[in-house]
Amino acid sequence: MASQEILRGEPSRGSFINDPRVRSLFFQVLVVLLLVGSLYWIVNNVIDNLRRLHIASGFQFLGSRAGFDISDTPIAYTSDSTYGRALVVGLLNTIIVAVAGVITATIIGFVVGIGRLSQNWLIRKICTVYVEIFRNIPPLLVIFFWYSGVLAVLPPPRESIHLPFGSFLNQRGFYFPRTVWGEGNWLILVALVLAIAMAWFVAYRARQRQMVSGQRFPVFWTSVALIVGLPLLAFLLSGMPLTFDFPKQSTFNLTGGFQIKPEFLSLYMALSCYTAAFIAEIVRAGIKGVSKGQSEAAGALGLRSGPILRLVVIPQAMRIVIPPLTSQYLNLTKNSSLAIAIGYPDLTATAGTVLNQTGQAVEGVFIMMIAYLVLSLVTSFVMNIVNARMALVER
Amino acid sequence: MKHIAIGILGATALGFMASAASAGTLDTVKQKGFIQCGVSTGLAGFSAPDDKGDWKGLDADFCRAVAAAVFGDATKVKFTPLSAKERFTALQSGEIDLLSRNTTWTSNRDSALGLNFAGVTYYDGQGFMINAKKLPGVNSALQLSGAAVCVQSGTTTELNLADYFKKNKMEYNPVVFEKLEEVNAAYDSGRCDVYTTDQSGLYGIRLTLASPADHVVLPEIISKEPLGPAVRQGDDQWAHIVRWTYFALLNAEEAGITQANVDEMKTSNDPNIQRLLGTEPDGKYGADLGLSNDWVVNIVKAVGNYGEIFERNVGAGSPLKIARGINALWTKGGLQYGMPVR
Amino acid sequence: MQEHDMSWVRTEMALAQPAPAGERGLYAWVRKNLIATPSDTILTILGIVIVAWILPQAINWAFINAQWTGPDRSVCATVAQGGIQPDGWTGACWAFVNAKFGQFMFGTYPIEERWRPILVAILFVAVLVPMLIPRVPRKGLNAILLFLVLPVVAFFLLVGGVFGLQHVETARWGGLLVTLSLSFVGIAVSLPLGTVLAMGRRSKMPIVKMLCVIFIETVRGIPLITVLFFVSVMLPLFLPAGVSFDKFLRALIGVSLFAAAYMAEVVRGGLQAIPKGQYEGADSLGLGYWQKMGLIVLPQALKLVIPGIVNTFIGMFKDTSLVLIISMFDLLGVVKQNFADANWATPQTAKSGLVFAAFVFWLFCFGMSRYSMFTERRLDTSYRK
Repeated sequence: MASQEILRGEPSRGSFINDPRVRSLFFQVLVVLLLVGSLYWIVNNVIDNLRRLHIASGFQFLGSRAGFDISDTPIAYTSDSTYGRALVVGLLNTIIVAVAGVITATIIGFVVGIGRLSQNWLIRKICTVYVEIFRNIPPLLVIFFWYSGVLAVLPPPRESIHLPFGSFLNQRGFYFPRTVWGEGNWLILVALVLAIAMAWFVAYRARQRQMVSGQRFPVFWTSVALIVGLPLLAFLLSGMPLTFDFPKQSTFNLTGGFQIKPEFLSLYMALSCYTAAFIAEIVRAGIKGVSKGQSEAAGALGLRSGPILRLVVIPQAMRIVIPPLTSQYLNLTKNSSLAIAIGYPDLTATAGTVLNQTGQAVEGVFIMMIAYLVLSLVTSFVMNIVNARMALVER
Repeated sequence: MKHIAIGILGATALGFMASAASAGTLDTVKQKGFIQCGVSTGLAGFSAPDDKGDWKGLDADFCRAVAAAVFGDATKVKFTPLSAKERFTALQSGEIDLLSRNTTWTSNRDSALGLNFAGVTYYDGQGFMINAKKLPGVNSALQLSGAAVCVQSGTTTELNLADYFKKNKMEYNPVVFEKLEEVNAAYDSGRCDVYTTDQSGLYGIRLTLASPADHVVLPEIISKEPLGPAVRQGDDQWAHIVRWTYFALLNAEEAGITQANVDEMKTSNDPNIQRLLGTEPDGKYGADLGLSNDWVVNIVKAVGNYGEIFERNVGAGSPLKIARGINALWTKGGLQYGMPVR
Repeated sequence: MQEHDMSWVRTEMALAQPAPAGERGLYAWVRKNLIATPSDTILTILGIVIVAWILPQAINWAFINAQWTGPDRSVCATVAQGGIQPDGWTGACWAFVNAKFGQFMFGTYPIEERWRPILVAILFVAVLVPMLIPRVPRKGLNAILLFLVLPVVAFFLLVGGVFGLQHVETARWGGLLVTLSLSFVGIAVSLPLGTVLAMGRRSKMPIVKMLCVIFIETVRGIPLITVLFFVSVMLPLFLPAGVSFDKFLRALIGVSLFAAAYMAEVVRGGLQAIPKGQYEGADSLGLGYWQKMGLIVLPQALKLVIPGIVNTFIGMFKDTSLVLIISMFDLLGVVKQNFADANWATPQTAKSGLVFAAFVFWLFCFGMSRYSMFTERRLDTSYRK
């Protein structure tokens, strides 16, 4: 193709057929025609099939009564709600498990990845075994393991394991007291917001001061003190407006309190463990990608191994790590669709139910695809921003 | 080169399309030489593969009956296991010719999903099963408030469940799975207190649990679940064949024609039986449907009459031991009523 | 004080002293690798605790207490559960795996016809092994055998219906047979398709490029389950009345399209790594686009991205387990299906079955990843002169 560039502007090469521009145009027109043709054929078939089989079509069903219940509902939902709302509940469940999974997977992944480069032989081997096991097993199997493991190990509700603070653990999940805020809780919220703003300001000033004078300020501990202390103060001042709703034993289950269902727990743990193995490999490659001279130079400056890792190696490794990390986050989000196998009502599961109750397969699958595409795009977008901030600023 | 390839593909697709000009299901089936029948992925008593991969059960036998009617050979049937989600598309798209998969006949499925139900091979109702050992003292569904209930998604069961608890102002935690096996496993491991599905299903599922004797089916029936075979809309001939296969099974039982005595019955003088078995001089019952005249003989020879199918698969002769109840013939106080042959 | 009284000049090297005792032997190794610093020691103790906690349990469960043979559930159930084991016994129920092994491998493929998949497997190994060993010559012929001849032979052997072979419909396939055939066909289709897509993405024709980008990014943005739903639920509606695909074929289409999109990105990486001079060199020789790609660019680019390709294969191999969600019975699906067998229902059955499935998957994936590392090293040395 490069040669065509050079030839541009020269007289036509004898035959019209041999002109690359004409050829290119011809091929593209052909492709478009084929595409339009097959699309037309498909759409025609769909319309024809739907009409012939008397299948309803269109998105009106989103507004009609769903009639089924969903086990995990982050927003208010009953069987009287609409199909549209059921789909939103599913989408929120997907987002919840994906975000939780991403955070945990990143933590485990970094720990294991750094562990694989540890000086300690035993730690290195344990981390290697972890990575090699989880990387080579299908995620679906990992989910089944967790689910059957969780169900098999935990006791039935009547023999719940009692944990501190009025929490319980049994086959139906993990129960802990739900906080019920009384009057004056706005004060605590205000204090929290204020504290975060102040912590940010302190960090900003401290950086400025370090730039100017070289003196350092204990930003971390100040921030912790602010963020914990101020709301606590507000809490005491407003007369401790907090009560707990403790889970209690009833005929069948524990009622009250906050319940994390075993389906969520297993899916979340399985996704975290599985993705962490890949993240660990990415982190390892990233750290190895930072030239040894960097850490040796840092050592020569008198830094200890902790700060070397934190201040010199990891920031540079992040540049290598972030792009593949993004695709792991995307994979985790996509793998959360395996929830369907253990009955966690994520987007795929709810959309599947809706699809089946209404019989409108085309619309159901279409909604599913669009939702996942949007989720993927948003994740990529956020990670691109992070990447841009991390990228090497070259002069 | 790529474009040539695409062109060839497109041409093949077009040729493929042309060759498959839509004909009546009966003609297509005859041309193929077998009936493609959609069944469940494994529900004891209705359609479940045995160790050798042969499908057993009431629904599977109904498919065989239709094959016997069409081909005179009950083995000319192939089974496609389908999840609850896939079953309707499979039928709509023509992947299967007949859906015989414990499917409830509802208005929505008849009107909006493009199905055509041929009859009710099993009158059922939704029930609840609990582990009596773990939950002593529970003997009514009205005591189930607060329970965790295992249910299969995308079924009428799921909807009835929501309605029932709402109507009785009770609360429950749904635990919803895609597949029957998963619901079974979850119930068996104690993830939920209650299992709900069609009562016949509960009896079948109970057998597959670790200790069947511990589990009891509660007396309440909370819905009408008429289960029957369905075909696509818009092909009356095929729908008639399936419907009259069902009636033939009932009429054979009513007339006392069994797998064992069907050959003797051919010599019967009873005009009713003669019409049914096609031994009446110049009878056209079979031919009018597009079948041979001895089609009922073929059916009964292959799978027996309705009563025999029932007893063999879900009744006294099976591990399920379900009583005939409302599935008895109308002459015996049940709902099964074969339309007259005339 | 410059006195020249160096009476001798050393003419040979001094003998190397052995390393100090503290730097040798087991102790030094332990000190360096396990207890170099206090925090290291703590980590080591922690590690030992974890290993000591998990390993004996695992070995006990998988080997010592395990039941290897038996007719039914009683060998794997405790007395209270209606079996013969003492109360409190836990161990793997390999007897279950043993009894169902045929199903795990072939699904409900007719027993008297199972020599056919076995023969296919033997042929497959016979063609694959020389392909994998770098030193064996005639790679071209081998590739033709593997990717063109074998699939045809395997198709007729497995499906049957010709040469007096009994026809076995795909609904009866199952187990490892489905897993392997899905992933092999997926590999054989996705590699060329992915290459074409990657070339399309780098094409100078804007429309072709746009279409390839849209396809690749869409497929990569959605989960495989959605793709499988798409092919199992929606595809039938796309076809005219009366035309339908086999379910197995639809799953194949889904898996192949999905893998092709990922493959395209891997191949694109390889194409980008080929220096511009190679393209220009090919142009200056007067080669056309397909000649240039086929003879000059692709051989180099594909060689570069072999590890990436193998990783995509591994991912696809693992992903085939998802077909169980559209009720097809691959290895994992068959294993799960057999949990429902009342004859074998014990608390240990599910765990044993899943461990077995995990082990089989692990074996294949680990093998592939090791092979990929081996090629990576081999290619690495040949490039670093």
